[in-house]
Amino acid sequence: MSQNPQTLFQKIWDNHVVAEEPGAPAVLYIDLHLVHEVTSPQAFSVLKERGLKVLRPDRTVATMDHSIPTKGGYEAADEMGRIQLRLLEANALAHGVRIYGLNSVQRGIVHVIGPEQGFTQPGMTIVCGDSHTSTHGAFGSLGFGIGTSEVGHVLATQCLLQRKARTCEVRVDGALRPGVTAKDIILAVLAKIGVGGGTGHVFEYTGSAIRALDMEGRMTVCNMSIEGGARAGMVAPDDKTFNYVAGREFAPKGAAWDQAVARWRQLPTDQGATYDKTVTLDAHSLEPMVTFGTNPGQGVAITQPLPLPSSLADAAERAGLEKSLAYMKFEAGKPILGQPVDVVFLGSCTNSRLVDLRAAAHLLRGHKVASSVKMMVVPGSQSVKQAAEAEGLDKIFKEAGADWREAGCSMCIAMNGDQLSPGQLAVSTSNRNFEGRQGKGGRTVLASPLTAVATAVAGCIADPRVLLNGGQS
Amino acid sequence: MSAPKFTTLTARCVVLSNNDVDTDQIIPARFLKVTDKLGLGEKLFCDWRYLDDGSPNPAFILNQPEAKGAQILVAGNNFGCGSSREHAPWALVGWGFQAVISPMFADIFKGNSLKNGLIPVVIQPAAHAALLAARAKNHDLPVTVDLRAASVAWPGQDPISFPIDPFSRACLLDGVDELGYLQKFAGQARAYEARHA
Ligand code: SF4
Repeated sequence: MSQNPQTLFQKIWDNHVVAEEPGAPAVLYIDLHLVHEVTSPQAFSVLKERGLKVLRPDRTVATMDHSIPTKGGYEAADEMGRIQLRLLEANALAHGVRIYGLNSVQRGIVHVIGPEQGFTQPGMTIVCGDSHTSTHGAFGSLGFGIGTSEVGHVLATQCLLQRKARTCEVRVDGALRPGVTAKDIILAVLAKIGVGGGTGHVFEYTGSAIRALDMEGRMTVCNMSIEGGARAGMVAPDDKTFNYVAGREFAPKGAAWDQAVARWRQLPTDQGATYDKTVTLDAHSLEPMVTFGTNPGQGVAITQPLPLPSSLADAAERAGLEKSLAYMKFEAGKPILGQPVDVVFLGSCTNSRLVDLRAAAHLLRGHKVASSVKMMVVPGSQSVKQAAEAEGLDKIFKEAGADWREAGCSMCIAMNGDQLSPGQLAVSTSNRNFEGRQGKGGRTVLASPLTAVATAVAGCIADPRVLLNGGQS
Repeated sequence: MSAPKFTTLTARCVVLSNNDVDTDQIIPARFLKVTDKLGLGEKLFCDWRYLDDGSPNPAFILNQPEAKGAQILVAGNNFGCGSSREHAPWALVGWGFQAVISPMFADIFKGNSLKNGLIPVVIQPAAHAALLAARAKNHDLPVTVDLRAASVAWPGQDPISFPIDPFSRACLLDGVDELGYLQKFAGQARAYEARHA
């Protein structure tokens, strides 16, 4: 160990540099490479053209999530989707890569199954051709999204050319109040810094509010780091982290486990280490958050009126806000509470874990989804689905009138048959509200699972604290 | 597949100055089911470029006569935010763009662009505003992106240097293949594995 105090990021970085030539980026070793059907076909083609094999199939894991229908299985996919799914199977088979395929009982969204199966561990470098690889940073690992060219590089060499990012501490102190969740923390961070605020940086989330979150909550926060422009977001590992990882299928066992934990305890940022910048947030003053625009940084506390373009000095920002409000058909200065919604989507790598479904089901129990609303509940993995069914959560959702489906990305990305119709308004627990993200012409409000449930019951955007208090505001 | 090469380009440009244009706008997810890179140029900015009946939207910049033959996109701040899909630069290159000029790019998009010979040219907001003003006066404004000098210029404007990763620049100038470069470190990577086993 160096005597200089170091950040978590610096420690993991230093521990993975294989080589560094003058003027060139570092050659960084990659411990875990997650692969899915959408961003890998062209990378496998490059390997084929050059006669290369996957160098470390034992460090490579494939799953099917983006294109896969969440009802009706493989047969329900369109022809191009079927070709893509079959191609991933063929590529995994040809290269000896473990795959959670169509019939796997553990298949699921790549960022849900990595931690769930114990692949994701503290101190690792983790990549995937997917920007939400930042999720894995919740374990004190360095996880970031890469493009398809880089997927090819990692398949062939288990290494990546990387320039070191700057660090940004995101410090969240204070206790969350009832009805306010991890999702609200990250939406508030994004509203504060904007969608470009973290560009060039890796976030490290610190502070008492982050320490108090369970691992699922930390994953929700780290997941949306990329929405602030940061490729990675991290949380220092602690006993909660180790307890989550312990006993999972691919976690170290026996003496190897004890050694691993001893190593992992060295990872947290040293006292006196410095970050390139720091952003702070008071958790206690937070309310449930919702987005109102067409990027995830356009968020407000649910009780607040929507911002006025005239309040912005910069002409481009003003034009951006006007364009967003026009697309969303929302009126500046008016409340967002009470806006009628057509669809509620509970799912995605942000909020589809057992803890999310449990919190949503507990709030929904004894209520009905409004007749004007279609509610879709999509577990993050088939394992989550089974566990939820074992607890009877599926019954709560179904009895309330929600649609209970198979695991997948579903309406988060709308390339699998699950999508909004033009003009429909959705409250979604996913991570992106870009124009058309959930279906061409669809409008998305991002929110927590609790806000999603309250909205489904009310038929319009609703404050979950009212439902939590038994209808009393 | 050979490595992309770029030295210098003088071409007309089109302007899409909205801030925060995300990769879902550049290429919507429903077109990501391809297993190659072909045909993505036709889907570039699909939901802005075509009307609901599939006909070209005459109000969108790429459908206007001035866009014909343009090879440089002048974009707003934080261009390419959102997903890691390399289909975004594939679509831009497929349409015919070879450079994008913006005050700031999203990190993953920038990296993906460099790997496909699409030059992300970062210029200060004041220079960006000057370029927009010059372009507004002359729709045929020729803009020169010189990768050797790492500079951008247009008539009436002295070359402005732009920051670019020196390694990526050298790869593009010489047509060096990054995967080939990485493979040279195989011995060191195996030694690393042995140390960390
Ligand atoms: S759930 Fe959505 S954000 Fe997450 S990996 Fe799937 S498509 Fe991407």
